[in-house]
Amino acid sequence: MANDNPIKLPTYLEVPAIKKNAMAGNGPFKASEDIQNSLGFPGEKVDNWQQVAIDKMAETKSKYRSVQVFLDACVKCGACTDKCHYYLGTADPKNMPVARQDLFRSVYRRHFTFAGKYFPRLVGAKDLDENMLDDWYNYFHQCSQCRRCAVYCPYGIDTAEISMAAREVMNVIGVGQKYPNQILGKVKKIGNNLGMPEPALKDTLEDLEDEIKDETGVDVKLPLDVKDSEVLMVTPSADFFAEPHIDGLIGYAKVFHESGVTWTLSSYASEAANFGMFIGNYDVMRQGALRIRKAAIDLNVRRVIVGECGHAWRVAYSFWNTLTGIGSGGSDEYSLRLQKQLDSNYPQPQHMIEFTYDLIQNNQLSFDKSKNDHRIVTFHDSCNVARGSNMGDIKNGQFILPREVIKAACDNFVEMPKNTIKSSTFCCGGGGGLLTDDLIDLRIKGAKPRMHALKKTEQESGVNTLAAICAICKSQFSKVLPNYDFDPYMIVSVHQLVSDAIVLKESSDDEV
Amino acid sequence: MSLISIFFTFFFYISVLIFIIGVSYKLVQYWNTPAPLKIPIAPASLNTSGVLIRYFREIFLFSSLYKSSKWTWLFGWSFHLALALLFFRHLPYFWPGEVPLILYKTEVLKYSSYLLFFGLVGLLIRRIFVDRVRYISSPSDYLMLLLLIFIASTGMLMTFGNNHPNMLLVTNFASGLITFQWSELPKEVIFLAHIFPVFFLIAIFPISKLLHAPGIFFSPTFNQVDNARKKRHISDWALNKEEGSKIDLENNDNEKY
Repeated sequence: MANDNPIKLPTYLEVPAIKKNAMAGNGPFKASEDIQNSLGFPGEKVDNWQQVAIDKMAETKSKYRSVQVFLDACVKCGACTDKCHYYLGTADPKNMPVARQDLFRSVYRRHFTFAGKYFPRLVGAKDLDENMLDDWYNYFHQCSQCRRCAVYCPYGIDTAEISMAAREVMNVIGVGQKYPNQILGKVKKIGNNLGMPEPALKDTLEDLEDEIKDETGVDVKLPLDVKDSEVLMVTPSADFFAEPHIDGLIGYAKVFHESGVTWTLSSYASEAANFGMFIGNYDVMRQGALRIRKAAIDLNVRRVIVGECGHAWRVAYSFWNTLTGIGSGGSDEYSLRLQKQLDSNYPQPQHMIEFTYDLIQNNQLSFDKSKNDHRIVTFHDSCNVARGSNMGDIKNGQFILPREVIKAACDNFVEMPKNTIKSSTFCCGGGGGLLTDDLIDLRIKGAKPRMHALKKTEQESGVNTLAAICAICKSQFSKVLPNYDFDPYMIVSVHQLVSDAIVLKESSDDEV
Repeated sequence: MSLISIFFTFFFYISVLIFIIGVSYKLVQYWNTPAPLKIPIAPASLNTSGVLIRYFREIFLFSSLYKSSKWTWLFGWSFHLALALLFFRHLPYFWPGEVPLILYKTEVLKYSSYLLFFGLVGLLIRRIFVDRVRYISSPSDYLMLLLLIFIASTGMLMTFGNNHPNMLLVTNFASGLITFQWSELPKEVIFLAHIFPVFFLIAIFPISKLLHAPGIFFSPTFNQVDNARKKRHISDWALNKEEGSKIDLENNDNEKY
């Protein structure tokens, strides 16, 4: 995957001067009638789409305080204008977070505010016409909902909330994006983003067991649908087939093996990812989460653990308790049922990083760090983990725990520049439902700020391994790294580093 | 009373009425609109005191803006600080009856008008000359700044330019508005030009971006505690969706239940 003409990165990541219409276009492929219908959306643009859209905007802002407040509160201070990786990578002014919001806000002002109704030009209010809708479709699909802008906004205005609301409105009038909606259809029908049925999943897991046995001589299991296991493991389906994800899955299996905790995957809920968040649809997101609830109850597990996937962890950590009752404090029938079943000694759900971290803290894992001595590792904070979740229930735990797990398995760990990590992390460029080939130009350009930080770290510390805990980040980096003259195989799962260094005990079979 | 005094008296009450009704409407709207999901933004607070500290830092120090852009922070923070100080500087005029001694000490705060002017002009220059900020600006964004600069300028001209209107008249007029004992206001044009845009800003508060002031308190990314796993957060409309879910429970293949 060598690239003959890698993109040259500047010494300093300058903020580009605006270049109007630099990313003008038709946006990503639109969803077909069948795809739209599978999610209950109109198959094609409805006749009275303007009215339907305005009504949907009214409904959305009455159901989401975020949308209502964020539309009112912006003072156009410009603090966010140079914070979006898509703006930094493309220079299109409509990729500045505030300008992206303004596509939605100008219509809100025109239809819902006094000033916008009577003095539209004064306050920048605009009608929702064909041109505006085209801009919505194009530019709300140039937002990865990474929320970096919200960290820098003096009012915490989160463009992701607006972009989710806009996508929801577009779906309701029959203008949906093919990539996420097709995938959501597969989850609904089969249980995962790939549409991988149970027999295929079973085969894959058995192959992996053989592979680990060949490599280590130890019987490490990857159980599927085993009732009464201690742990239900829910992981992004990319972990079952994609590189480098699959080596992370092997890592989870080895950690579980060492811990002695029984675990299982579920063929019914074989997907942690939940693209329902990307399209801003509460019901679709909830349906995805309910599959996991059902699997947890059916398999009668005591704990639910989530694999390496950024937005999946945000949905699990921040939303599952709301959507399904997996967590504490709920009082409806399901919540009580789950509280009785799930082990209250542990937070529910937990991240695999939390599980591994706890074992490391308790000295239950042993590592041969020299196995990773050829690596100089840096960690890419995935946006949804960094800005929308926590780990370990300690302040900034989502930054601390993954780094501690890496350091337990590797001796050479370095950080990328301070303003590109932790809560200021740059998106990989492929999140939020944009990880599709029809957006490859955007993905390459959007990766630029992260690639720049990585290049700097490579020059200063010779970093050769980029570790991440997000399936989308891993796929995106594999694809775009060569465009910036990096080795596409330098991206690894954090649990691949664990997997490579962990010292396995002889399995009990061998001891007998 | 003269026509002009009657006009300004009316204008004041109408503006305040619009302000109270409009802002109350927005507050009720924000209050009644549920936040169905936990969406605190990093650095998220794990408990209520963390949220309070966060608000303290945001409101008094503009900490997110500081992180974001030092120039915008310098101009914006100076302007808001000066605005707060000048509010106290103006209190003696409105104070009904005997003015407490402490309020006379606010006299010295008049110098913060230089800070106000500095901040506002800085923000205007930034809005005009930074291409990104110019792109996102509407006419109303410039007008708002120009209006505030105009208010600051007329105030400074009166205070530092030997253009003092009759202070007794000012005090009687201003405190009369509070006690409903209306009286003539001074007719100097500069004074009228100073208070007219102030009353106007009060009136447009609930229909303009000035809503950022109440809005920040309702921002879910700031005011939510990051404890989604420990405490179930659910809105009424979302809770209704749980109603039908008992059927699912029966369909769950689990003999232990």
